[in-house]
Amino acid sequence: MITYEWLYILAGIFFAIWALLSLRDGCKGNAAFWALLAGSFLFGSHFSDLVNGLLVLAMVGIAGLGGLKRSDPPTTSVEERATSSARLGNRLFLPALIVPLTAVAGTLLYNYTPLGETGLFEERRETLLLFGIGVLVALVVAMLWLKPPALAPAEEGRRLLDSIGWAAILPQMLAALGAVFALAGVGDIIGGVAGSVIPEGSVFLTVMVYALGMALFTMIMGNAFAAFPVMAAAIGIPLLVQQYGGNPAVIGAVGMLAGFCGTLMTPMAANFNIVPAALLELKDQNAVIREQVGTALPLWVCNVAIIYVGAFLLWN
Amino acid sequence: MNYWPLAGIAIVVIGFALRFNPLMVVVGAALATGVLAGLDLVAVIEALGKAFNDNRYISVTWIILTVIGLLERYGLQQRARTVIEGMRGATMGRLLVIYLAFRQLTAALGMKDIGGHPQAVRPLVAPMAEAAAEKTHGDLAEDEREKVKAMAAATDNVGLFFGEDIFFAIASILLIQGVFESAGYPLTPLQLSVWAIPTAICAFLIHGSRILAMDRRLGRVAR
Repeated sequence: MITYEWLYILAGIFFAIWALLSLRDGCKGNAAFWALLAGSFLFGSHFSDLVNGLLVLAMVGIAGLGGLKRSDPPTTSVEERATSSARLGNRLFLPALIVPLTAVAGTLLYNYTPLGETGLFEERRETLLLFGIGVLVALVVAMLWLKPPALAPAEEGRRLLDSIGWAAILPQMLAALGAVFALAGVGDIIGGVAGSVIPEGSVFLTVMVYALGMALFTMIMGNAFAAFPVMAAAIGIPLLVQQYGGNPAVIGAVGMLAGFCGTLMTPMAANFNIVPAALLELKDQNAVIREQVGTALPLWVCNVAIIYVGAFLLWN
Repeated sequence: MNYWPLAGIAIVVIGFALRFNPLMVVVGAALATGVLAGLDLVAVIEALGKAFNDNRYISVTWIILTVIGLLERYGLQQRARTVIEGMRGATMGRLLVIYLAFRQLTAALGMKDIGGHPQAVRPLVAPMAEAAAEKTHGDLAEDEREKVKAMAAATDNVGLFFGEDIFFAIASILLIQGVFESAGYPLTPLQLSVWAIPTAICAFLIHGSRILAMDRRLGRVAR
């Protein structure tokens, strides 16, 4: 049976290669950072929690001290790209499409044909596993078709990864923060506060408080990923799912999207709202947020309605 | 009740406001929250390590960068540019609405790196929107020009956020799945992603009509 552990080893190998290439390039900080991440992927399941924790602290230390730099591996020039883009045409999109198609078509096939009975994939893990397989297939197809130098995919991947830098592990780190918040009972505290505000028995008001909490907490944290575990533990699961019997899929999915409305309205979500203002050389740092508020507010109202209708009216 | 763990939230707010490295801020908030909740420091580091380890699947998706990077080497961005430039002659309104649809649909298919601010908005979408607006309305005032550019950036965000969750191998869907599974509610990514569709349609209608309204307003100010 193919499990997540296979995927972790695959990703661990990728990160290890990126670490080695960084080392060869003289980027010691990058090399150490990606090597630690590779270690987490390859051996994390065998390390104790404390070793994993120290590994996280070491990575954060490197990033916090400015050890991660942009890299500049050799690549093609703009002119060369224009020429090959004209020569290869829209076929260039095909290898990129292999990954989503493998994941989507594969998941549908696996769930709605007897294929699922083979037990090839770990239960409910098939999509991400198929994603990993799709990446390998796309890589092989692109290598056979374009015949680049052997190290090209690794170097090009490193170029993109280093342009993302420490932000690459921020979502995973925010998920970990959410888990620590849950352990410390932050969700319970907020849930207690929220619970004392919500009148007993009002499903609609509870939905509103849940969606409002997602949006506000996302604005504070800059990321719906950190808000979600807290609000789900505080209101979504205990009140909406358990007490009022709502549909968990709707409450989970649309609750997250209510949080995304908050992302549109906060300078904390720097890479979406502040970085583009700088890139476009706008005078007002908050100009992008200003254009987004008019979309975020009515859309948030839509999300409240979708949760209420989808999770309660249609479900019961 | 002990309200001290909420100090972690304050640390996040202050840390971001002072522009410290976000990873430092997040870990600092996690350690402070745990300690203020009465756990000892080693236990908090263990909890952080376990949670980071359990959530590795979120960062697995970066392996796709090898494929995208390799295709960029052969002109993927230039090709995307050519395709969109084929739609020249459109107004700013139509151009941004088409980009919104393009961004939502490609994100829904898992190609969320096809757009983006450095790769698409700065070199392509914003200048084209500006040029299209000037074609229809004549020279723009400085603040109108800023608004058009900001709207181009906003359109990228809205398209990405309310398209990507339809693709089920995306980190946020996996996070929702993980949270509900640990609470005893096993869900498949597909069950979650179909519920991103109603919001995606609302987002297209709301943001699309705001883009078109802006295009009309620009005309009125110019006259």
